[in-house]
Amino acid sequence: MPPTPGSAAPPPTRRGEFLAGCRDELPILLGVAPFGMIYGILALSAGLPPPAAQAMSSVVFAGSAQFITAQLIRDGAPGAVIVLTVFVVNLRHALYSASLAPYLRHLNGWWKALLAYLLTDEAYAVAVTRYARDGERTDVSPWRHWYFLGAGLTLWASWQVSTAVGVFLGAVVPESWSLDFTLPLTFIALVFPALRDRAGVAAALTAGLVALLALGLPFKLGLIVAAAAGIAAGMFAEARS
Amino acid sequence: MSAASWLLVFAAAGLATFLIRLSFIALLGRLETPPLLQRALRLVPPAVLCAIIFPEVLVRGGALDLSLRNARLWAALVAIGIALRFQNVLLTIAVGMATLWALQAALG
Repeated sequence: MPPTPGSAAPPPTRRGEFLAGCRDELPILLGVAPFGMIYGILALSAGLPPPAAQAMSSVVFAGSAQFITAQLIRDGAPGAVIVLTVFVVNLRHALYSASLAPYLRHLNGWWKALLAYLLTDEAYAVAVTRYARDGERTDVSPWRHWYFLGAGLTLWASWQVSTAVGVFLGAVVPESWSLDFTLPLTFIALVFPALRDRAGVAAALTAGLVALLALGLPFKLGLIVAAAAGIAAGMFAEARS
Repeated sequence: MSAASWLLVFAAAGLATFLIRLSFIALLGRLETPPLLQRALRLVPPAVLCAIIFPEVLVRGGALDLSLRNARLWAALVAIGIALRFQNVLLTIAVGMATLWALQAALG
């Protein structure tokens, strides 16, 4: 279907899509930048050397997984447990991947790899909103992946810069400020408003209690065990209701 | 551990993260996520995050602390109330930290 003659919108361009993606990501940065800074501070107080703390932000590039890694490092967890924990924490991104895959199937391998690397919670939220808005229309812009790229790169850049600021500040913030408490506070803010059904509540409570019982487990495996128990409890609660 | 060995750990963690994100995109969108897996994946965030929240708040110095003098417990309860009421992450952090500081000052 050709575009309606006389419609005011100019034809989409790569540059226009890219800039629109950057612009639509901007409001989210307000929430992301403080987290990058807090991560930088936590990573240093956990004992990470500044270059390693900065490197994690570009190599792993996943906020909550990085927070958890900092905590595991502080508690002396071995590397294998850290990798396993990051894997479990980031499993939710498989959902995002599945949700965006139909829109990206026409792209070449490099584009797919690049956009997958940039597929964070915040980039997904912006990109999927755009794709969902277009719906099933066939006259959509052929450059929508540039929009995704703009949103993803904007988030990436702000994450790197805010990490650097946190790494810099981490050296000067005294321990008595208890800034490590921002970690559970952040997670409280993310989890509790999202607990809408019995399955979620069962998963949350079970995982929390099992984590307390599993404190004595070696290699800090308690987190993995608790998460598995929570997911199982949630599925059980869902099956019963 | 040295910076170099941390980089190795991060490289493995980063590769795992990247492959998860690439998974369905690389499968060309031909495969649907099985419904059972989809439900399990939805439960990952509350399970993992609560497995971190509970010990961070309730364990002090390696032991369970449910006493009234555990300032983190009260600050967390206040934060939960703020989170449920306002659904604002930064506000939750700000009020939670302010509560913690006030209680730490009051309890000495």
